Amino acid sequence: MEFIINLSYIAASVLFILGIKMLGSADTARKGNLVSSVGMLLAVVVTLLESGLDYTWIGAGLVIGSAIGVVWARRVQMTGMPELVALFNGFGGLGSLLVGWSEFARERDFGSSDYPTFTAFAVIFAILVGGITFTGSLIAYLKLSGKMSGSAFTFPGQKAINALLFLALVVVGGVFVATHAVWALYAIIALSLVLGVLGVIPIGGGDMPVVISFLNSFSGIAASAAGFVILNNVLIVAGCLVGASGIILTVIMCKAMNRTLGHVLFGSFGAAAGKSSAVEGEMKAITPEDAFFVLEAAQSVVFIPGYGMAVAQAQHAVKELGFLLEDNGAEVRYAIHPVAGRMPGHMNVLLAEADVPYEQLCEMDDVNAIIETVDVAIVIGANDVVNPAAAEDESSPIYGMPIINAHKARTVFALKRGKGTGFSGLENSLFFRENTRMIYGDAKETMTGLVAQFKG
Amino acid sequence: MELILLVFVFVMAVFLGFELIQKVPSQLHTPLKSGTNAISGITMVGAIVAIRTSGSELASWLGFAALILATINVVGGYLVTDRMLGMFKKKGR
Repeated sequence: MEFIINLSYIAASVLFILGIKMLGSADTARKGNLVSSVGMLLAVVVTLLESGLDYTWIGAGLVIGSAIGVVWARRVQMTGMPELVALFNGFGGLGSLLVGWSEFARERDFGSSDYPTFTAFAVIFAILVGGITFTGSLIAYLKLSGKMSGSAFTFPGQKAINALLFLALVVVGGVFVATHAVWALYAIIALSLVLGVLGVIPIGGGDMPVVISFLNSFSGIAASAAGFVILNNVLIVAGCLVGASGIILTVIMCKAMNRTLGHVLFGSFGAAAGKSSAVEGEMKAITPEDAFFVLEAAQSVVFIPGYGMAVAQAQHAVKELGFLLEDNGAEVRYAIHPVAGRMPGHMNVLLAEADVPYEQLCEMDDVNAIIETVDVAIVIGANDVVNPAAAEDESSPIYGMPIINAHKARTVFALKRGKGTGFSGLENSLFFRENTRMIYGDAKETMTGLVAQFKG
Repeated sequence: MELILLVFVFVMAVFLGFELIQKVPSQLHTPLKSGTNAISGITMVGAIVAIRTSGSELASWLGFAALILATINVVGGYLVTDRMLGMFKKKGR
């Protein structure tokens, strides 16, 4: 039986690898997700063959967990996707923490005196990484869903406290490995939960997408550590694949923002804001009626969506305007910045949901190459990703981040709710430029209004 | 010996994970993240083997809680990813 189970685990691992590979390309992505889920099903089903299991409770756990998962996945709005993924991620981390703890509790009950040092290490690791993943993801969830302020939260001596906590963790960890004392285990659980909170609250601004990706990697590492606790190869392989691929994704995203991972984690982005040089000029507003006349004459239009479009749920109205502009003879493109929104690809998902043709979605570099020939660039709730300060103002905290050069288009329309600054708290000099016109109000209403004028 | 083999497997998986993700278009980053996030729920396998008829009751309870959490992660994660990718499929008007 053991042989069959392990053989099936190998098959499941292969399915995970194939699944991840297929997820990386647009044509096969959906099938890849299916392949990986079949791998998961296989791994779970053969695990049930193991002897001595309590099927009543296992069945109950599977039913409850599946029911909650199905309901949440079905009900979530596409705009709420980033925070839901963060929450799921936290659950996975807590799961790994509990698996590590559970295994330790069993060994103690058996009174095994020769508790291997390696297993003790693995237990600590599963609990530490799982705990940080859980509370860290929870904070990310609260920040993204707006239940907690998105800005960076810092207090004096923060780094010293974190360092002290970490030191305490190393000491208590050592005590646990040496003595297997239960109090040390509880202390490690508490310390890791606190570290997760303290690690994520000072990170704010545009850095949340990177943090989620990083925590996703962490949850994989936690699963892998749990695998070392119970000596299970499928946990080790699958967890490790997630851990490694998550790190790569995180680095890719950091590069897109021209920052290093260390900078993101310890730089307290929001706290640095406000020091950059003052912006000159004034914002010039335009009514949707006047904007319509400009658009009617435009030969080439680029939409630049940001998180504001997601908040206003404006993607369907945007698509409709895009189609009308095309009928009017204009060339329409959508410029997607790699970190627009609060997750990479966030905007692509929303626009795809609204049936925007895939071919019209352009990457940043492709759009920047032709931006000078664009008649109208419509910025919808995007801010930092079109802030010229990133290219021009060396004192700006986002200096060096690649941006979509919207300011080089002939005319820029910026749709904005009000005059405040964006998620990162930075003033955007684009809005003060000579060729920029602000259209204040709800993005969806503005778009619907423009659509009505085209039809009317 | 078994331990060394497992460490070997771990190291190989690290390299494989790095290689798999090298060239992914940025619009697939979100589904990729949520898809791999579902895989990290593999810890539910660990939770299942923790729920036993004999031995520590505490261990079984912890396993039960872990199983619910990990199952939410797995089922929710795969469904959300599928929903997202389903939207990419539709093209044209």
